[in-house]
Amino acid sequence: MQDLLFVLLILTGFVFLGSGRMQFGIRTVALQGILLGLIPLLGNLQDLWARLTALAVLSLAIKGMVLPYFLTRAMHKSKALHEDNPFVGFTASMVVGIICLGGSFWIASRLPFIDSSQPKMAVAVSLFIVLVGFFVIISRRKALSQVLGYLVMENGVYIFGVAFAVDVPWLVELGVLLDVFVAVFVMGIVIFHISKSFDHIDTDQLSSLTG
Amino acid sequence: MLFNTLSLSALVLVPLIAGAAALMIRPDRLRRGLLISAAVLHFLLTITASGASPVLGGWLALDSLGHLFLGIVSLLFLVAIVYGVGYLAREKQTKEPGRVDAGSGPLLVNSRESWLTGCLLFYLSAMTLVCVSNHLGLLWVAIEATTLASAPMIFFHRRPQSLEATWKYLLICSIGIALALFGNFLLAVSTSIITSGESPLLLDQLLLQAVHFHPQWLKAAFVFLLVGYGTKMGLAPLHTWLPDAHSEAPSFVSALLSGALLNCAFLGILRAQQILNASGLAAFGQELLMGFGLLSMGLAAIFILQQPDFKRMLAYSSVEHMGILALGVGLGGTAVFGAMFHAVNHSLTKGMLFLVAGNILSVMRTKSTAEVRGLSHLMPVSAALWMAGFLAITGSPPFGTFLSEFIILKAAIEQSHYALAVIYLLILSVIFVAMASIVVRMVQGVPLRAREPAAHGESWLMIASPLVLCVLILILGVYMPDIFEDLLRDAATVVGGSA
Repeated sequence: MQDLLFVLLILTGFVFLGSGRMQFGIRTVALQGILLGLIPLLGNLQDLWARLTALAVLSLAIKGMVLPYFLTRAMHKSKALHEDNPFVGFTASMVVGIICLGGSFWIASRLPFIDSSQPKMAVAVSLFIVLVGFFVIISRRKALSQVLGYLVMENGVYIFGVAFAVDVPWLVELGVLLDVFVAVFVMGIVIFHISKSFDHIDTDQLSSLTG
Repeated sequence: MLFNTLSLSALVLVPLIAGAAALMIRPDRLRRGLLISAAVLHFLLTITASGASPVLGGWLALDSLGHLFLGIVSLLFLVAIVYGVGYLAREKQTKEPGRVDAGSGPLLVNSRESWLTGCLLFYLSAMTLVCVSNHLGLLWVAIEATTLASAPMIFFHRRPQSLEATWKYLLICSIGIALALFGNFLLAVSTSIITSGESPLLLDQLLLQAVHFHPQWLKAAFVFLLVGYGTKMGLAPLHTWLPDAHSEAPSFVSALLSGALLNCAFLGILRAQQILNASGLAAFGQELLMGFGLLSMGLAAIFILQQPDFKRMLAYSSVEHMGILALGVGLGGTAVFGAMFHAVNHSLTKGMLFLVAGNILSVMRTKSTAEVRGLSHLMPVSAALWMAGFLAITGSPPFGTFLSEFIILKAAIEQSHYALAVIYLLILSVIFVAMASIVVRMVQGVPLRAREPAAHGESWLMIASPLVLCVLILILGVYMPDIFEDLLRDAATVVGGSA
């Protein structure tokens, strides 16, 4: 069952790479957040069930609903509905995605595993999602796309933690969630101000500070 | 003792609650009063905090390393805030908001002062949490929180350039911090040989069991933590956000960013190095730190040469000094003591320089080094402080920075790293000459255009704070109190140094 989730996560990565419509990108990231919330619920857990469920539901609500709603508002306010002219085209991005996927599986197969129960698939998927997020941040112009890329990257890191069932105390997990939430919130506000003072949110034109 | 149990929680909570209150208080005087009283209370709590007992099941605990960094944060915050309150009052009085220290450019409306005050206090709370957290997960949360609390302060003036700086700062640091989270997870994996069960990232327990960790995963974890927190600390080549943020923020905020924030990120790296030391892999981390340190110093020197903007010059100098800190810890032995001492010296000196830069900016209204001439005629006290600050930051005697940089050099020679010592000296002298040519030209000569000397003279609020810092650095250069020396020694031992 978990494997199915991982396959779906890989697909969201590719969909995200190949799409220029902001609304679609936001929905993909939301879907990714929901899938992410489901991973711990479908794993083999006997103990701490209530605590894990509560956290998973909270994470699902924030990454799957609150942040997408907020980003959609930012999108309408900044009138950036489409990534018009990325540095790397969408088809080329897909090719980069395939290379990243291959690379991730190769790295995961070479890592020294402490015991065989640890999921190699999860490491590969986690690396792939981190790379996709990173690639989108550097290859797109619109500030909103970069925020989405950051969220995808954060999701990828999170998959790693969940897959290894790293026993993160609930306080830390809440803190991580809160930080991501506030980060996107502050970025949204900055995007709003950028669109007001520049009439666009193309970050490659934010280049008056150099040297 | 009740006081001992409460003091750590109070350190984090006082600024947090004050910050929430500041968002709601309307009258300016009342809010500024609250800001100063919170800073004073925080400082008093900090100096009485030694021996405070751990709270939250050991999650918050104060060791000497944390206490040293907390002391820097608290002192600098207090001094910068006294300056900041005067600055905000002047900013309110002028008919041209944003003009007091934003340089030239279109006029825009500042963000609300209550927001700035609230963010300042949240920022203090987050930095305190960084210093007192004994759990690596909590440390991560706190470091990310410092980014988020400080970002709105950078775009206080709401000018296009400050928006650009804020955007770069938020995005680059958030990516860095995400990598550090990855590092934390890798560290947790490396511990999974020992299934002790409860919260695997508690620093005390990690240090006790570090010998048994899986070395390859641990090394990978260190690399990610170093790159992640190094981004925030401003180590080259990950420093690209730093000059923009430091030059665009209001000057007293720049002082806090450079003097306090960078140290907090450095503390994150030091915690990782502590674990490597305990696991017997110290050399791996030290070599990386030395490499990043030298690279940062060299790169900073290149950008300080012919730097056309004096606030950016100070920002690049911060990159240089973060490099020196990394180099000192990387060398190990007595150099760690030097690095700890240097952290204190750098914070005080850079705080002072940014505050004076704010004074210069408010009178000259430009950040361009080419357009500032004859400061000694226009604003004699600030000019003298600017000159003294330049001598201090470049490590000239009799300032404290000279001693700390010398201790690191001596350690390098004693460990027969001769090539490194030569490069270190070479870079320091290039930076000395580069900064001298900029600073001396600014201070001397005749003002380019006829400018009215500072409209209301140099008020004591503009002068007092940098002057206090200047005196402190001078004192540290000639006399080190025993209590302070013990604290430095203990802190250095924590990170594997010998005194």
